[in-house]
Amino acid sequence: MEKLFSPKNIFTIFKREFTGYFESPVAYVFIIIFLLLQGFFTFNIGQFFQTDQANLLVFFQWHPWIFLFLIPAIGMHLWAEEFRTGTIELLMTLPVTMFDAVFGKFFAAWLFLGTVLFLTFPMIFTVMYLGNPDLGVIICTYAGSFLMAGAFLSICSMTSSLTKSQVVSFVISIVLCLFFILAGYPPVTDFLSGWAPFWIIDIISNFSFLTHFDAFKSGVLDLRDFIYYISIIFFMLYTNSVIISNRK
Amino acid sequence: MIKVTNLTKNFGQIKAVNSISFSVDKGEILGFLGPNGAGKSTTMRIITGFIPQTGGNVSVGGLDVSKYSLKTREKIGYLAENAPVYPDMTVFGFLKFCAEIRGFSGTALKKRVSQTIEKCFLANVQLQTIDTLSKGYKQRVSFAQSIIHDPEYLILDEPTDGLDPNQKHEIRTMIRDMSKTKSIILSSHILEEVDIVCSRAIIIAKGSIIADESPKQLRMRSKFYGAVSADFNAPVKSAVISDLKKHKTIKQIDIKNNNKNLTIFPKTDKSVILDTVLTILNNHNTKPVSVFVSKGSLDEVFRSLTLGTDKLL
Repeated sequence: MEKLFSPKNIFTIFKREFTGYFESPVAYVFIIIFLLLQGFFTFNIGQFFQTDQANLLVFFQWHPWIFLFLIPAIGMHLWAEEFRTGTIELLMTLPVTMFDAVFGKFFAAWLFLGTVLFLTFPMIFTVMYLGNPDLGVIICTYAGSFLMAGAFLSICSMTSSLTKSQVVSFVISIVLCLFFILAGYPPVTDFLSGWAPFWIIDIISNFSFLTHFDAFKSGVLDLRDFIYYISIIFFMLYTNSVIISNRK
Repeated sequence: MIKVTNLTKNFGQIKAVNSISFSVDKGEILGFLGPNGAGKSTTMRIITGFIPQTGGNVSVGGLDVSKYSLKTREKIGYLAENAPVYPDMTVFGFLKFCAEIRGFSGTALKKRVSQTIEKCFLANVQLQTIDTLSKGYKQRVSFAQSIIHDPEYLILDEPTDGLDPNQKHEIRTMIRDMSKTKSIILSSHILEEVDIVCSRAIIIAKGSIIADESPKQLRMRSKFYGAVSADFNAPVKSAVISDLKKHKTIKQIDIKNNNKNLTIFPKTDKSVILDTVLTILNNHNTKPVSVFVSKGSLDEVFRSLTLGTDKLL
């Protein structure tokens, strides 16, 4: 029986991919757009100052929606590009396992998203200057946001392996991610509650990123929410590797 | 040793590779010839573990490729068709990445990368990103990647594709120099290359092997092998021609250019007829301006073998 993965190889692939982001303009464009959008939604649409509260609820509330469009933009190239340029043949004939390749790439993109999230830190100083925020809740929500970003990304990584075209990958990713948001979006659940039994709505909304993100926003670190995101990531990445094995 | 036994690969209804068997020993360079779509690249992809076979067996160094994919990939260097390389990386960065994956680290890693850069004449472009390079350079970067870990087995899919004549010469010399300690399979469209580089050649068409012998043996299949072609200033007398025709080692004579050019073919045993021809000409006091003994053309053999398969199958 051959080994399933090698941490060293995962790290080597991770390193190549992660430095790759900063060697191209993609990273900087992404960071700037993310921060601009985040600022616009928080201050203009969310009316951060008018709420008169020293917390980051308004700021975090927009995360799923910004992720919905920006994470597919990061995830779309992960595998589609390998298939388009033919480098998949290079990568898969090097002595690395499928697990090494899928996770190496995923971790690099995830940490990149983490870096982007980290760059929103002036928000924390802003609320600290304005009042006495609960730092525990803020850190907890950041952790939740990071996990949610990972779940979004795992979906995009999976869809990216379905096609050679980044555009197709982008569109499919958005549709799938939208499903995971809408399943717990109050207007949708309210609509369902008119006729569906409660337990069905419960099951559907439990599939939603929003439902589990809400728990983090209230400062509750529940193991179940943590397990939810991690299992989404594992399931998507496993599907991802099955797709690659069958397509190459 | 690379051993392929009854290898079969189907893509849906299409039989890309149809029960082929061959083996490559250490010190051998096997040339893989065949028309486009014959199954060369598919066979190479199976040997390197990139795609699984439908039937049959491939073992590399005694290990079954489908069971020990990782271990066999460690021992193989592979240059894939069209030389896929990461376009956004620098030459140095890319080779460093490949060496790291191959298990090198620290000073051994640096040494290995710089040696390979030197060997493949990449020193002056090592800090350039790969997408700024010409096709020939990309090909060499991909070749460098395949030899960076000094593998026991080298699989090269059209290694000199896109190179200029000088670069082709360099790469061929390098392949020949490495062959003593390695088993090498290379595919090519250039028959001359197979003749120069390979110790054995396999011609594959429609997924089946139709010839497996040395390039010289292949050339001997050509009807021109051993034929003597002679040019004269004046038309050759018919007496000379009939004397030549009568000789027991001579099969046939093609006469061109108003009796000024003769091509004399030996009998099927490919006997050496130059002496005979010259003696007969001398007896008639006829002096040729130039004489040329054909070594046979691989091109012609290749065409007759592969075109024939259309009718066979």
